[in-house]
Amino acid sequence: MSIEVRVPTVLRKHTAGARLVQADGANVAAVIDSLEHQYPGLRDELLAEDGQVRQFVNIYVNDEDIRYLDRLQTRIADGDSLAILPAVAGG
Amino acid sequence: MAVETNAAQPNTLTFDQIRRYQRQIIMPEVGSIGQRKLLNAKVLLIGAGGLGSPAALYLAAAGVGTVGIVDFDVVDESNLHRQILHGQSDVGRTKVDSAADTLREINPDVQVIGFNEPISSENAFEIIGQFDIVVNGSDNFPTRYLVNDTCVLLKKPLVDGSIFRFEGQATVYVPGSGCYRCVFPSPPPPGAVPSCAEAGVLGVLPGIIGSIQAVETMKLILNQGESLQNRLLIFDSLPMEFREVRVRRDPNCPICGDEPTITELIDYEAFCGGPEASALS
Repeated sequence: MSIEVRVPTVLRKHTAGARLVQADGANVAAVIDSLEHQYPGLRDELLAEDGQVRQFVNIYVNDEDIRYLDRLQTRIADGDSLAILPAVAGG
Repeated sequence: MAVETNAAQPNTLTFDQIRRYQRQIIMPEVGSIGQRKLLNAKVLLIGAGGLGSPAALYLAAAGVGTVGIVDFDVVDESNLHRQILHGQSDVGRTKVDSAADTLREINPDVQVIGFNEPISSENAFEIIGQFDIVVNGSDNFPTRYLVNDTCVLLKKPLVDGSIFRFEGQATVYVPGSGCYRCVFPSPPPPGAVPSCAEAGVLGVLPGIIGSIQAVETMKLILNQGESLQNRLLIFDSLPMEFREVRVRRDPNCPICGDEPTITELIDYEAFCGGPEASALS
């Protein structure tokens, strides 16, 4: 399953500045593996040592926070979109 | 605390006010009743920096009767590319004084209340308790969690915004419908997310996000339209794209959930992992 992933400004250092990247996977965990394979270092930005999504980074599938879906097991279907959103504090 | 006083806002509009606000009074969504709501509203801006500047200017111009500003910083030349409340001759002045002068020039109808001090667990209840709505333009995580928690505990709506380089976020937290902790349960470790000073910011970006915060504040006062409540707006200026994601109240949220474990303000520097640059710019 190929999915389009939106990468926020803070994390574009891992994607050579790319805002939209393609990844594969049947669920969010697999998509993150796919991202890590293409862009080493990205997984550590998203997941904590316990393997769960960091508390200051949100992952949305079709604009819904995966915390309210199936977390990393949230299934991905054709045409879904995935967005990463970190907390930023600038004012 | 410096207090600038103007006459208390009466319940009828004066001829001067009708002349000044005619372009918005003429809209049925505002009208004279809405204009009086604006004149009677008390809005607090956390920070007179990038976001606070456009928000304060537009809210004051629209006739929001009382505008509070909390900021302990002084104007630096590096602020001027985005903090449009301040000008060259304000460099070195307190932001609160500079902001009050600018807002008075824009609209002498507005009472400006300046708090030239850091907002902290010691004074947050006293300061925020005096206002109806809080507009968040702070530049650091400890202040963001402090302001969120105070607004939840005092049941005040929080019009939130934040910026990073070319990208910004905005939403509205209304009591009972979720809060900043529901979206971001914990802050990043110190240094993990660079500040504007470290990473830079497009000068006009806070102009856009701060203006959106001003619109949302006016909508709350006027009770018009659909607020950004339960929606987080994400703006990326490079592709010129607005998107939104859903915001939900987390029943397990430690402060606004079903069984809150945070019932008073805490040590936010410690919560955020130690001292962090906390100038509100």
